[in-house]
Amino acid sequence: MVKSHSSGTNGVRVDRSVVPATIKSKSRARRHWWKQAAISAMWWFLSLTLFISLWELVTALGWVNTLILPPPHEFIAEIGNQEQFLSPRIGVERVGGNFVLLTAIVATLKRVMAGLVLGFIAALGVGGLACYFELFGKLTLPVITLLAPIAPIAWIPFAIMAFGIGDGAAIFVVFVGIFFLLTLATVNAVNNVDQLYINTARVLGANRRQVMFRVVLPAVIPDLFFILRINFFAAWMAVLAAEMVGVNAGLGAIVMVGRQMFNAKLMFLGMAIIGVVGYLLDVGFRQMQQRVLWWKGSSHI
Amino acid sequence: MSEIVCNHISKIWNPDTAEPNLAIDDISFSVEPGEFLVVIGPSGCGKSTLLSMIAGLESATSGTIQFRGQPIDGPSPHRSMIFQQASLFPWLSVIENVSFGLSLQGVGKRDRHNQAKQYLQQVGLLKSAHRYPHQLSGGMQQRACIARALCLGTDVLLMDEPFAALDVQTRHQMQKFLLEIWQGTGKTVVFVTHHIDEAVYLADRVLILTANPGRMLEIVTVDMPRPRDMMSKGFEYHRNLFVDHLRSEVVRAFEEQELAEMLDTRIK
Repeated sequence: MVKSHSSGTNGVRVDRSVVPATIKSKSRARRHWWKQAAISAMWWFLSLTLFISLWELVTALGWVNTLILPPPHEFIAEIGNQEQFLSPRIGVERVGGNFVLLTAIVATLKRVMAGLVLGFIAALGVGGLACYFELFGKLTLPVITLLAPIAPIAWIPFAIMAFGIGDGAAIFVVFVGIFFLLTLATVNAVNNVDQLYINTARVLGANRRQVMFRVVLPAVIPDLFFILRINFFAAWMAVLAAEMVGVNAGLGAIVMVGRQMFNAKLMFLGMAIIGVVGYLLDVGFRQMQQRVLWWKGSSHI
Repeated sequence: MSEIVCNHISKIWNPDTAEPNLAIDDISFSVEPGEFLVVIGPSGCGKSTLLSMIAGLESATSGTIQFRGQPIDGPSPHRSMIFQQASLFPWLSVIENVSFGLSLQGVGKRDRHNQAKQYLQQVGLLKSAHRYPHQLSGGMQQRACIARALCLGTDVLLMDEPFAALDVQTRHQMQKFLLEIWQGTGKTVVFVTHHIDEAVYLADRVLILTANPGRMLEIVTVDMPRPRDMMSKGFEYHRNLFVDHLRSEVVRAFEEQELAEMLDTRIK
């Protein structure tokens, strides 16, 4: 081995050459990433500019009724009209600062996040138990399979009846929106864990519980996180729908109040904010997913 | 006392169905402590099944397998298995992988890392201790797997074509490396391969199996000093011996592509 160390024709040579190659490719990858990001940002800018200019042009020419379809500069300026966000129908309390709209965003986000976190944990728990205790799985999975296709929006009337108007109902809607699907996904992911990992752990002396917590759980989390992200939009929409029909607070309520007061500017402002916040959340999730998936390398995403 | 004794073992897959599949038929052999036994045979001869049964991952349909006089009734850290695909957990760093068995036993982080470092040094991966499996080459991953088995103080290394997925150069380096580890630690090795040169290069004894079902054809002692020169007369003699032994098998199962490949493959 000593001889082959110096001759440099063995595996050791591979070790050394890997390090600089990785560093080099990393910096190249980073430059490539920036270039891609710049190109992507340019297209975003062009696309948005084109869309807004066309809209502004159509309204400036008087082709549409600006009371119903206000131009972007008008409804964005509506942010300045802070007092109306304190309307009791929007239902947010002023928590300080001058940007009252922020409190409506926070109210909605709080509900979505609480529902997502609770749903993720519960689905992981129930799905894991269903795999671990066969009897429990056989007794619960058929019911969960039947409940899964019910759209979260369909749960809104029940949620308002059961939890009243407020955070509880909204959180419940998000929870049921992801819980059943994610539970089924958990069972599926657990059953698909590579047998090689399980055999390896068993040979290394792991008991059943250790296989579950030390091998199966870390192996399925990236898959589940991906499914959570896919289902996030359904939950996001459900919360907004809930806020419009009854929960009466947050971003959804802003749009509804806009309609009730025949203030299209307020309506469109609410819609624009829903779009931007939803997009930013998805970007955040994608970043988190890359952190969760760091051990797979970035090419998988 | 023999380290491992297999006594008339058979394995039937799906025994209660319409199509029971006899994978292993009445195999008996023993492995002595510190011995390097290679099991060779074409695909479908049940080599991997045999190894899984010794590991305790599968049970034999009939017959008994004993480890140091005790019947094997499940996996044990005394008998560690190295699989064909490197089986490091991708979410753990190399050092956490290597000390995984210790952490299952509740050994504290500092203690198990100290122990793991010793074995990482032995397999030449100390510098890569805090890297992750996807950052390692195939050969490095397999070395980490070997370190993981050693770190748990295993007595027997059960190796299931561990180098088959590696390129020819790396493969030969790994064979040399394995012999060094084996000579340095005195572990017992049961090594499965379909590669004749690999068998001749590594083995104290070679167990030859037939295909479909796996039966014992012969046990051959390779009595040559190490390191073995693949160009030497002795090596050539044993290579031809195995080719002869397997010829009838080759004719019988000629349509099996891999079998033909097995005879053509030579370590350069």
